Amino acid sequence: MSDITGAEICVTACADLFAGAGETLASPMGLIPSLGAKLARLTTEPDLLLSDGEAFLLTPESTVEGWLPYRKVFDVVAHGRRHVVMGANQVDRFGNQNISAIGDHARPTRQLLGFRGAPGNTINHRTSYWVPRHSPRVLVEAVDVVSGVGYDRAVGPFHDVHRVVTNLAVLDFATPDHSMRLVSTHPGVSVDEVRKQTSFPLHVDDVTETRLPTDEELKLIRTVLDPDAKRDREVPS
Amino acid sequence: MRDKRMTADEAVSEIKDGMTVGIGGWGSRRKPMALVKAILRSGLKDLTVVTYGGPDVGLLCAAGKVRKLVYGFVSLDTIPYDPWFKRARETGAIEVLELDEGMLQTGLRAAGHRLPFLPIRAGLGSDVLKYAPQIKTVRSPYDDGEELVAMPALKLDVALVHLNRADRHGNAQYLGPDPYFDDLFCLAADRRYVSCEQIVETFDGPPQTLLLNRMMVDGVVEAPGGAGFTSCVPDYPRDEALQREYAEAAADLEKWADFEKRLLA
Repeated sequence: MSDITGAEICVTACADLFAGAGETLASPMGLIPSLGAKLARLTTEPDLLLSDGEAFLLTPESTVEGWLPYRKVFDVVAHGRRHVVMGANQVDRFGNQNISAIGDHARPTRQLLGFRGAPGNTINHRTSYWVPRHSPRVLVEAVDVVSGVGYDRAVGPFHDVHRVVTNLAVLDFATPDHSMRLVSTHPGVSVDEVRKQTSFPLHVDDVTETRLPTDEELKLIRTVLDPDAKRDREVPS
Repeated sequence: MRDKRMTADEAVSEIKDGMTVGIGGWGSRRKPMALVKAILRSGLKDLTVVTYGGPDVGLLCAAGKVRKLVYGFVSLDTIPYDPWFKRARETGAIEVLELDEGMLQTGLRAAGHRLPFLPIRAGLGSDVLKYAPQIKTVRSPYDDGEELVAMPALKLDVALVHLNRADRHGNAQYLGPDPYFDDLFCLAADRRYVSCEQIVETFDGPPQTLLLNRMMVDGVVEAPGGAGFTSCVPDYPRDEALQREYAEAAADLEKWADFEKRLLA
């Protein structure tokens, strides 16, 4: 299939976050991570558990297979069998994330959502981030407020920040000091462009190109998961 | 058995200036808006509000009722940010204790269990503890020796919640998919008021939906539509049009007085 869009590449990059997850609760925030989780479930990760964003676990056919109100989500957070993909108003080189406030927390220049579940998620189970607009304002040297905990502040036995998927690239923390590494750039995006849009120096050995969706994946994205192409609004081509 | 029926204004008359008030629901879902509106009509001030915040927070901030807010987030769900909450924060109008969502639940549970604190991992490494230095850590007394957050009890003077059905004695039922944390709010509070869509003689549906029993409730207010414009499924979904109007008026002070008057009418 031709004319593969940036949004579709981001969807498969998000699907790949769940590789090997098995019977784990996938908690994607935002449209593209949600499409990615659903795509993974329909292809390589049939055992993944997916919520409707309210209180039910649903099969790909939208049959209710479980009940998971917020209080039980908190139990899963503490139990640890969960991979959350959160947004980030800011994320830094060690994977600290901010969704709380910009500026001084005592009197922010811009109040955001609040800590939400980010402190508990990051200290308890695997966490990835989705950044629809990769820019120096989002990928910052230091976040204003640490909501999600990065590697330089990690404590306890279960901290596991996995990857950052952006509209330009896939990044991880597989370096000796767990600072951010460029894993792959999306087709048509140069390493220099990613560097230019990032406020801190990235590790850049062995950068590959983010894979293209397979024909089967494209068909699922276009005809089953997102026939109205809402994904193009999150990542315009 | 006692008949605990009362009006929203009678329930709110039990609240005093400076009290800590827990508000049930979650975001813009099943908020006890009829009771919140009764607070807006009252002369109450200097409240500490504890909640998973939605438009209840914005409205109370707009009316200058909040001295301190204890929250994990404030959001209108389909609209990410509440403009009044943003304004209150960005002008420094309120004191805050911003928590991880799980810490808030754990603090309510500690209060409900009459414990000084309960341990939780959430908060470690993050800035929650930096901005709340009064929250201490505790070391496991067992061989692991792990350091954990000692989440202090969030004791409430008053809990306000909205459920789908209740009887006159204070037994109350949720019919939607999620109980949220309304039972924990009631267990954590000295005085507990539940508003409901309808007061019934007997309950339909599985007994597991009876979230609150009468030991947990001091007053019952029949308030049809009493969660609106937030959702109260299956009785009604969120009134998205009215929520948009709220958010637009909240973002534009010239529109606010008129909107607030209509909302409270």
